Amino acid sequence: MTRKKQNTMQENIKRKRVERIIHGIFLMLGLITVGCVLLITIYLVVSGIPAMRTIGLKEFLLGRKWASTAAEPKYGILPFILTSIYGTSGAILLGVPVGFFAAVYIAKIAKGKIKWLLQSAVGMLAGVPSVVYGLVGMMVLVPWIRKLFKVPDGSGLLASIIVLAVMILPSIIKVSVTALEAVPPEYEEASLALGATPIETYFRVSVPSARSGIAAAVVLGVGRAIGEAMAVMMVAGNAPNMPSLFESVRFLTTAVASEMSYSSGLQRQALFSIALVLYFFIMLINAALNFFLKRGNVKKL
Amino acid sequence: MNAEDKQKSDTIISTKDLNVWYDDFQALIDVTMDIPEKSITALIGPSGCGKSTFLRTLNRMNDLIESAKTTGSVLYRDQDIFHSSMEVSELRRHIGMVFQKPNPFPMSVYDNVAYGPRTHGTKSRAKLDDIVERSLRGAAIWDEVRDKLRQNALGLSGGQQQRLCIARALAVQPDVLLMDEPTSALDPISTTKIEELILQLKENYTIIIVTHNMQQALRISDGTAFFLLGDLVEYGSTDIIFSTPSDKRTEDYITGRFG
Repeated sequence: MTRKKQNTMQENIKRKRVERIIHGIFLMLGLITVGCVLLITIYLVVSGIPAMRTIGLKEFLLGRKWASTAAEPKYGILPFILTSIYGTSGAILLGVPVGFFAAVYIAKIAKGKIKWLLQSAVGMLAGVPSVVYGLVGMMVLVPWIRKLFKVPDGSGLLASIIVLAVMILPSIIKVSVTALEAVPPEYEEASLALGATPIETYFRVSVPSARSGIAAAVVLGVGRAIGEAMAVMMVAGNAPNMPSLFESVRFLTTAVASEMSYSSGLQRQALFSIALVLYFFIMLINAALNFFLKRGNVKKL
Repeated sequence: MNAEDKQKSDTIISTKDLNVWYDDFQALIDVTMDIPEKSITALIGPSGCGKSTFLRTLNRMNDLIESAKTTGSVLYRDQDIFHSSMEVSELRRHIGMVFQKPNPFPMSVYDNVAYGPRTHGTKSRAKLDDIVERSLRGAAIWDEVRDKLRQNALGLSGGQQQRLCIARALAVQPDVLLMDEPTSALDPISTTKIEELILQLKENYTIIIVTHNMQQALRISDGTAFFLLGDLVEYGSTDIIFSTPSDKRTEDYITGRFG
């Protein structure tokens, strides 16, 4: 064996070792994400369970009254759960039709400058900080609701729903547009060649072909709406009432945010439990999202 | 003289001085051509010669290309297809199209065939069942898919998909079928099946087919048109074009000297 050959072999071994080290570093960096998720989950479960035990799960989840600072405190979070569910559903009900048709228009009909204008507007809407949504909601939307419906205070569920509906538009539109633009043009050509009009083609061929992507867009919107705290805090009024369109309400998110700074003892523990409930909802939504995305992939194959 | 008269009376599509541009590039130059009814007309020529453009102009699918500009006239049953009173979707219903790559919708076999009739307003289940069966039989694929009507069409083989696409086109009862290299993506056995099918379809439909396969043109077509660089160089009965072409360029092409 010549010396040269030996050298190259050593060189190769060294290279392999470097490869392995780099591989390991990347793996570690990747695991940081997993670590964070695990840490949050464990922390929430550990700190969220005790209050549920003390209060009683049924009492906590189904109790209709939240009075954490009263002499005889009540820790029922049903108002928050229902407000979050109603608020999110309302936002979806308003936002999805608008977002969906806007997406069809952008992806299939709009051309040139109009398309560019719409797309940049959607992009900018996505970049608006939630506190700004809240501010505009508070200063413009709330007084407007008060005048229009002749109620003593405009802040409440309706104002929250409208703000949330606007906030979820960009995610719904962007993801739907991507899904619609990925529909093979051959499908649309085939439909047009059969004598279908362009509009018939979009709704009978393009949309059904993109349906898993559009479903994912809706789920993403649900996730954004249910997790939003800042904007709704500014327009919801924040009293722990059972949900009603024109009354002050509190969401799961705002329930945690509004009391955390001065809470203590069981009250503080109960806030962790609320966060755990919220986390559970988000997990469900994530599972749904993965389901739709996976189905989309399978279909493409 | 007699034969010529007969051909004239049977003309279903006739183009006059048809020019198509894509931006500055002229893809068709003064194409004037009469296509007889219930016959198979093959369009041949090297890639980029304009034959596909010509085909796609006949049912105005070329409108989809934004840069395309068209002058001249195309008469379908003596109606100008570019006239403002012409409803494009109506035109395409009469002049159907089969594409190079089989392109069934990602739906069931049944829904694929029923797509056209449903779009045009047929709702009755019994009627649709009838149309689906008739169309699949017409495309010689019924026996292969009769038990798979509810399955996704994308699970069929390439040759089956293409015949399904033909069935889908037949379901709206067209008058003319435009075929853009319908067998170029298929294996020889599927190709033979489709060629046999095209010969059967001639009884009821006018077929215009773009093909790169000389043998195919010779085997199935009645008339052949040779395009080169946007020009219709020679058009006549297939026998004559392939045995005694009058233009040197046609002869060179069909004997394989270029293209």
